[in-house]
Amino acid sequence: MVWLRRNLFSTPFNSGLTLLTLYLLWLAIPPIVDWLFLQATWSGESRAACEPNEGACWAFIDARFNQFIYGLYPSEAQWRVDLAFILLGVLFAGFFIPGVRRSWIAVLILIPYPLVAWILFSGGSWGLEEIDTAQWGGLFLTLVIAGVGITASFPLGILLALGRRSNLLVIRSISIGFIELIRGVPLISVLFMASVMLPLFLPEGVNFDKLLRALIGISLFQAAYMAEVVRGGLQAIPKGQTEAAESLGLGYWRTMQLIILPQALKLVIPGVVNTFIALFKDTTLVLIIGMFDFLGIVQAATTDPNWLGTAVEGYVFCAAVYWLFCFSMSRYSVSIERKLDTGH
Amino acid sequence: MKRIFIAALAATAMTATTGASADTLSTVKGKGFVQCGVGQGLPGFSSPDAQGKWQGIDVDVCRAVAAAVFGNAEKVKYTHLSAKERFTALQSGEIDILVRNTTETFTRDTGLGLDFAGINYYDGQGFMVRKDLGVQSAKELSGAAVCTNMGTTTEMNAADYFRSNGMEYKIVAFEKMDEVVAAYDAGRCDVFTTDRSGLAAQRTKLKNSADHVILPETISKEPLGPVVRHGDNRWGDIVRWSLRAMKNAEEMGVSSDNVDAMRADKRNPSRNRLLGTVGNMGEKLGLSNDWSYNIIKQVGNYGQMYDRHLGPTTTINLPRGINHLWTNGGIQYAAPIR
Amino acid sequence: MLALWRNSRVRGWIFQLVALTLFLYFGWSLWDNLQTNLASRGITTGFNFLNTEAGFGIISHLIDYSESSTYGRAFLVGLLNTLLVSVLGIFLATLLGLLIGVGRLSNNWLISRLALGYVELIRNIPLLLQIFFWYFAVLRSLPSPRQSVNWGELFFLNNRGIYMPAPIPEQGFGWAGWALLLTLIGVVLLFRWAVRRQHQTGRIFPRWRVSIGLLIVVPLLVLALQGFPLSWELPALKGFNFKGGLVMIPEFMAILLALTIYTASYIAEIVRSGIESVNRGQTEAARSLGLTHGQTLRLIILPQALRVIIPPLTSQYLNLLKNSSLAAAVAYPELVSVFAGTVLNQTGQAVEVIAITMGVYLLISLLISLLMNWYNHKMKLVER
Repeated sequence: MVWLRRNLFSTPFNSGLTLLTLYLLWLAIPPIVDWLFLQATWSGESRAACEPNEGACWAFIDARFNQFIYGLYPSEAQWRVDLAFILLGVLFAGFFIPGVRRSWIAVLILIPYPLVAWILFSGGSWGLEEIDTAQWGGLFLTLVIAGVGITASFPLGILLALGRRSNLLVIRSISIGFIELIRGVPLISVLFMASVMLPLFLPEGVNFDKLLRALIGISLFQAAYMAEVVRGGLQAIPKGQTEAAESLGLGYWRTMQLIILPQALKLVIPGVVNTFIALFKDTTLVLIIGMFDFLGIVQAATTDPNWLGTAVEGYVFCAAVYWLFCFSMSRYSVSIERKLDTGH
Repeated sequence: MKRIFIAALAATAMTATTGASADTLSTVKGKGFVQCGVGQGLPGFSSPDAQGKWQGIDVDVCRAVAAAVFGNAEKVKYTHLSAKERFTALQSGEIDILVRNTTETFTRDTGLGLDFAGINYYDGQGFMVRKDLGVQSAKELSGAAVCTNMGTTTEMNAADYFRSNGMEYKIVAFEKMDEVVAAYDAGRCDVFTTDRSGLAAQRTKLKNSADHVILPETISKEPLGPVVRHGDNRWGDIVRWSLRAMKNAEEMGVSSDNVDAMRADKRNPSRNRLLGTVGNMGEKLGLSNDWSYNIIKQVGNYGQMYDRHLGPTTTINLPRGINHLWTNGGIQYAAPIR
Repeated sequence: MLALWRNSRVRGWIFQLVALTLFLYFGWSLWDNLQTNLASRGITTGFNFLNTEAGFGIISHLIDYSESSTYGRAFLVGLLNTLLVSVLGIFLATLLGLLIGVGRLSNNWLISRLALGYVELIRNIPLLLQIFFWYFAVLRSLPSPRQSVNWGELFFLNNRGIYMPAPIPEQGFGWAGWALLLTLIGVVLLFRWAVRRQHQTGRIFPRWRVSIGLLIVVPLLVLALQGFPLSWELPALKGFNFKGGLVMIPEFMAILLALTIYTASYIAEIVRSGIESVNRGQTEAARSLGLTHGQTLRLIILPQALRVIIPPLTSQYLNLLKNSSLAAAVAYPELVSVFAGTVLNQTGQAVEVIAITMGVYLLISLLISLLMNWYNHKMKLVER
C-alpha cells in the first residue's frame, strides 16, 4: 500500500496519470493477447486453415520455419550449418570452464574456427558438396554477416581510432578522411557500391564473391563508427600514461597494447556493444541488394500464393527474433560493465 | 592500416597482370561457371520452385549458355538483381549475362555499353485493375494511382501513355516486384502495370486473383532478351546462337526427347549442322562442336522451354501468341545455322 | 643506416612516405581501372545527362515537376523530399524523445516502466523491419478512396493518403510575409533589450510570451486589414481518387512514423542521461534561492543537461537523415529512390549518380555537424 501510494498516487496529477495509463493498457492489451495467442492458429497447410480464427496465423511460421532458418540451403546439407554452430557453442562454453586458459579459446575461435566454419558452410573440400553463397539465407545468413562483421569491424575500428590520434600527419589524414566519409553516407549506398559497382574499380576479369563484398562493405561501415567509439575511450586516458610508458622504454605498439587500450576499451564497452547491436540490425539492409537474409526470406515467403495475407505475422515473428538477439546483447553488456567496474 | 593497404595492393597488382586482356569466354571457362543475372522472383521467368531451385525461361537461357560452353547446364551461378541494379551489375562485370526480362531499347543498346543478344520473349505492357472498378479500357484510367517497378521501361511507358492521352496519374514506383504486388493487393493503387506476361504471372500472387482483370490495351513493344556487355563480340555470339539453336531445334522438330535419335539419323543436312555431326560450327564460336546438342539435350528446344514455364500445364498458362514460331503464325524467327 | 632507423622521427617520416605512396597508388589504380573499364565497355560518362528530359513521373514533389523536366530537376525533387522527411522526422522525434526521456525519470512507477518498455522494444528491432511493418500495417487498415474517413468534408483519410485543404494565397498575401519578417527582427531586438535590462536592473521581462504573441498577432492583423486574401482548395473525390488540396501519401506517413518512433527511443535515452548528469544538489540549491520550478528547469538544469545532450543528439539527427534513405524500400520518392534508383537506371551512369548522391549526404552531414559544433562551442562551460 505504501509502495502504491508513493509510486503511483503521490499527487493528484500522478493519480490521474496512473488511472489514464491503466485505462489505455486495459484497452490495448486484451486484443493484442487475443490476436497473439488466444485466437491464433498454430498449425495448418495454407492460409485457408487460419480463416476460421480471428487471431494470428502462426501456422505460416510453422510451415516455413526451416526456410526461415536456413534460407535456400539444401536440406540434406543443413547438418553442416548445425554442426558449425554447435561447435561455436562448445567453444564459447569453454569460457565458463574453470582452469581453461581463456586466451587459448579466443585464439581457437578467431583463427581455426572461421576456416572450419567456412569449409563446412561452402563445401568444396573434405568430400563436402559445394554450396554457392547465393543459396545461403535466413537466420543463418544473418548470423554469418553479423558474426563476420563484428569480428572484423572491431580490430579495424581500433586501428582507425589509433590512426586518427596518431602523430603522423599522413596516417591521421587518411584515417580522418575515411571515418568522416563513411559516417557521412547512408549504408545502402555503400552496399550498392559493394554489390554491383565494385568490379568497375577493379581490373577487368577480377571479381570475388558477392557475399564477401557485402561483408566487406558492412565491416568497413561499422568500423568507422567503432573508431569513433574507441576514440572516445582513448581521449579519456590521461596523456601522462603514454609518457610514463614511453619513459619506461616501451615502443608505440607495446604502449598501446599493454597500457592504453586495456584501459580505453574498458571505458567504452557500452558503446562498442551498441555498435554491435547497430551492426546486427543493419544486416537487414542486404535484402535491398537482393540477398535473402532473415527478414528477406520472411518477406519473400509472405508472397507465396498459399500464404497471402500473413505479412503481419511474418513481421511480428521477425521482430521478436531480432529483438531477442539485440536485447540479450545489451543485457550482456550491462553485466560485463558491472563485472569490470573495478571502481576508481 | 598499413597491412590492409599492402594486402589490397598486392591483390590489385597480382590480378592486374593476369586479368587485363581476358575476354568473357576465357574468364567464364577459367572460373568454371557462368555468372548469370536473373530476377528476384517472377514466376515463369525466374522464381524458386518448391525445392528452392530457380526456374523459368530466363533461367533456362542461362542454362543453355552453360550447356553450350561447358556441356553442363548446371554450371551456372545466379545473381538475383532488382530492376534498378541490373545494368550496373552487367556493366561492372559483376555478371556475365543479364537475363532478367529486360526490354531491348535504343538507349540501353547505345548509351549503357550493352548489347542485346536476341529475344526470348516478345511482350507488351498492359494494365491490371480490380473488376469492381468497372473499367473496360485503359483510356478510362485518368486520375488513377498506378503501381509499378522502379527503373523499368514500364515506368517510362506509363508516363508516355498517360501524357499522350492527356490523362492524369499518380505513379508509385517500388524497388521490388513483390512490394509492387503487395501494395497493389493492399489497395494502394487502382492500376498495376507491367509487361503482360508479368501481369499474368503476378496475378497468381494476389489474394483473390479472380477479382482482377487485365485490360485489353497493349501500350508498348517489349522485346525481352538476354544482354551482354558491348564490345565482346565472341561472347555475344555465343549467347545469341545458343538462343537461336533452341528456336531452330523447335523448327526442325528436335527436342530433348528425340535428340539422340535425330543425331544418329543423318539424313537431314541442316539438322546435322544443328547437332554438330557435320562441319565445325562450335569451333567458330570457340566451343566444342556438340555445343547445340548439349543445349537441346539438357535444356530442350524453345517450345519445350516455353511450355515448361509458361504453357497450359503451368499456373500462369499464358497463350503463346506472337511467341509462336514464324511457321505457326508467330514472330519467333531464328537465322539458320549454316 | 641502422642509426637512422633507430631514430623514431626518421622512422616516422619513412613510414608516412611509404603510406602516402601506397595510398596514392591505390587511389590512382582504382581511378585508372575505372577509366579503362568505362572506355572499353562504351559506357557514357560525364554530367550532361542532368540536362536531358527525365520522362518519368514522381508521385510527390515540393517544386514543379513533370515528365518533361530534366534529370537535374528530378534530383532536386528527390533531395527536397529527403530534407522534408528528415526535418519533420527530427522535429517529431525530438518531441517524442523528450516526452519519453522525461517519462523515464517520472516518479510514477507505471509511467517510467512504460517508457523503459518502449525504449527497449523499439531500439532492438531493425528500422527497415519497422518501416515495412508500418507501411503495410497502415496501408491495410485504411479504407479505399470511395469509403474514405471524412472529417467535415475538409479532411479525408484513405489508403491513398490524408487529404486536406490547401491554402491558396491571393493578391496581397505577401504583405503578411513581410509583416512576419519585420516582427521577427523586432522580436530579436526585444530579446536583446530584455536580457540587457535584466543584467543591469534585475527586472525580468516576460520576453517569450510577448514575442510569441507578437509573432502571431501582427501578421494576422495585416491579413485582417486586407480581408484575409487567402482561399482554400478543398479536396474532392473525382473518378478514382481525390483531387485538389494537400495530400500526405501513405509512403510518407509510414517512413515518417517509423523514423520518428525509432529515433525517439534513442533520443529518450540521451535526454534521460543528460538530465541525470546534473547533480541533484543543483536543484535544491536553486529552489532554496527562491527560483520557481520552471525557472530551475530552464535556467539551471537545461543549460547543463544540454551540454551533455547536444553531441549525441547531433549524431542521432545525422542517423535519421541517413536512415531516411531506407524510404526507397517503400516507394517514397526521396533522393536514393528517385536519383540513385530511377535516374541511375535510365541513364546507366552509376559512377556519376552515386558520386553525386554520396556527395550530397556528405555535404549535409558536414553542415549539420559544423552547425552543432558551433552551438556546442557556444554552450560550453566557460572555464576561468
